[in-house]
Amino acid sequence: MLEDRYNLAHRLYPYSRSVDQDAATPAHHQVIVIGGGPVGMAAALELGLKGIETLVLDDHEGVGQGSRAICFSKRCLEIAHRLGAAGPMMEKGVEWSLGRVFHGEREVFEFNLLPEEGHRFPAFINLQQPYFEKYLVERIRQAQAEGVPIEIRGRNKVTDIDTDSDKVALQIETPDGQYSLTADWVIAADGAGSPTRKMMGLGFDGKVFEDNFLIADVRMKADFPVERRFWFEPPFKGSGDSALLHKQPDGEWRIDFQIGWHIDREKELQDENIRARLDAMLSPMGIDYEIVWTSIYTFQCRRMEKFRHDRVIFVGDSCHQVSPFGARGCNSGMQDVDNLGWKLKRVIDGLSPEELLDSYDEERIAATDENILNSTRSTDFITPKSTISKVFRNAVLDLSEENDFARPFVNSGRLSIPATLDGSTLNTQDDLPGAPARSRPGAVCPDAPLDGDFLLDRLGGRFAVLAIGVDVPDFQGDIDADRLMFSKGQFPVLEERYLGGTEQAIYLIRPDQHVAGRWADWSIDAVCKAFGRATGMAEKG
Amino acid sequence: MGKLNRSRNLSDADDIYAALIAAHEGLSDEESTALNARLILTLFNHIGDADVIGEALEVATLAGQQERHKAL
Ligand SMILES: Cc1cc2nc3c(=O)[nH]c(=O)nc-3n(C[C@H](O)[C@H](O)[C@H](O)COP(=O)(O)OP(=O)(O)OC[C@H]3O[C@@H](n4cnc5c(N)ncnc54)[C@H](O)[C@@H]3O)c2cc1C
Repeated sequence: MLEDRYNLAHRLYPYSRSVDQDAATPAHHQVIVIGGGPVGMAAALELGLKGIETLVLDDHEGVGQGSRAICFSKRCLEIAHRLGAAGPMMEKGVEWSLGRVFHGEREVFEFNLLPEEGHRFPAFINLQQPYFEKYLVERIRQAQAEGVPIEIRGRNKVTDIDTDSDKVALQIETPDGQYSLTADWVIAADGAGSPTRKMMGLGFDGKVFEDNFLIADVRMKADFPVERRFWFEPPFKGSGDSALLHKQPDGEWRIDFQIGWHIDREKELQDENIRARLDAMLSPMGIDYEIVWTSIYTFQCRRMEKFRHDRVIFVGDSCHQVSPFGARGCNSGMQDVDNLGWKLKRVIDGLSPEELLDSYDEERIAATDENILNSTRSTDFITPKSTISKVFRNAVLDLSEENDFARPFVNSGRLSIPATLDGSTLNTQDDLPGAPARSRPGAVCPDAPLDGDFLLDRLGGRFAVLAIGVDVPDFQGDIDADRLMFSKGQFPVLEERYLGGTEQAIYLIRPDQHVAGRWADWSIDAVCKAFGRATGMAEKG
Repeated sequence: MGKLNRSRNLSDADDIYAALIAAHEGLSDEESTALNARLILTLFNHIGDADVIGEALEVATLAGQQERHKAL
């Protein structure tokens, strides 16, 4: 039976019967994406915009109600920008930079994220996840109108998967009954409960945090400053180990209570009980509110052992899940898509061997482990697991009130920054002594302002050679890459971020805007070799 | 105060904090207290300056802060 697992916020892709459902033999597609959450929709855009025929199957007809993710990181926005979807996100989203940390009744300190100048995007915006998803779908609609080969089928629930042959076969349930499809490649973006993963009998191991989070989105009836407030051991009754108050668009606020493991879920979700908690917190601040959405979540930190299983590739929550501290769920799913898209395109076009896809595993598993480590550490700081751990946690908070030096230890969630792919087999060893570490091989290119636009506007989608202070001859025919040349003294911020103490530089940059290699002087041989490495065409050795 | 470095001086606070907590894992309260004592004495030796240690002791007592809280 096709039953809704959640209510819709926006009905964006109502079921309509496809000709495939009447086909005598299963219709074939180049790529099928299972699951139209934010990561699946981004994957469809990524591949569709590269000219790959992509079909999204989702078991609902639109975007679910209730804001889950609210913090979208700079890197996530940069990727959305490359896909052409960041405009409305920036317009709707709220920027914040002031954070205040409390311990019980006491304000410990406040911090200002003070964003570094010269980037198109801020460190973060807050935006309800349904908007984020809606804007991706709207971008898909616009792309479709321009002939981009993406199709979305709502109320198409994948119920079986067969990976035995050189094609992947899927069984799909619809309001008109079952039908079958085949695909060259399947992207599993069906979320943390991934039916695909289960149907394939694959594990999803990790740590359960024995805790429940009561999430309440409320609309405040008066102005309240745009800042993030975090409480360790909040003073208001029944609020648990920690509480968070965070601004969202539309006058809404996200409130998060960490309410413990042994609770009666049904009871806690009753309106009067939620109100009691909110009143205890907000009444002393003199705030009147109305409840928009509430839910209780538990969290785990876990990942699949491998993300690529031959022709089925997992992205987003289906292959990794983290605790909420640090906003690494959707943000990392977007980076999966960023990493996978160009590789799959090269493999489909026969330009690179299938093994290039194994580097997706290598790079994104390393990134996932970093995310899990960070979320686990935040969780351990917020909910210390032993007496001594709590003693240290409270010592940090006590010292932090008057001693700035102790504040870096305060961990209420480390905000998501992109993984630097140190150690990836696609990197070529750094050959630019004296250059900034932030733009070393493996790093995401730091953005920089140019002529009214930004560096990242000119990178991405294809390989590129970036040359600063040195002329590079036309290399078309040897390497399929764009050429960007800047003379010295043209853009100081660019030079600060890419030259540092050096005079000139050549960078080879991947389609996902990660640095593949860098050198002081132009050598077609060196760049060709690095290109071969970065595209999985180099000899293993 | 003068000689004690009271500005941020660690680039990897999270790693160091995690190592500290890991060192205490599985210890009883008494064992943890003893570990802390040994750790402090080891660091004292590294610092090698009685003035600095004296200032650090003063920071750790939170004297000023507690006065202020009482006044509130
Ligand atoms: C309270 C909370 C706060 C969060 N805050 C943040 C944050 O601030 N920042 C952040 O980056 N992340 C955050 N996250 C995580 C974020 O919500 C997830 O990482 C994100 O939704 C994952 O996207 P996804 O597309 O991988 O999976 P999902 O969003 O789960 O989408 C999966 C899709 O697959 C569909 N599907 C499932 N089974 C089938 C099937 N058999 N056939 C067809 N379709 C199917 C589902 O209906 C759904 O549409 C938060 C999560 C929670 C719960």
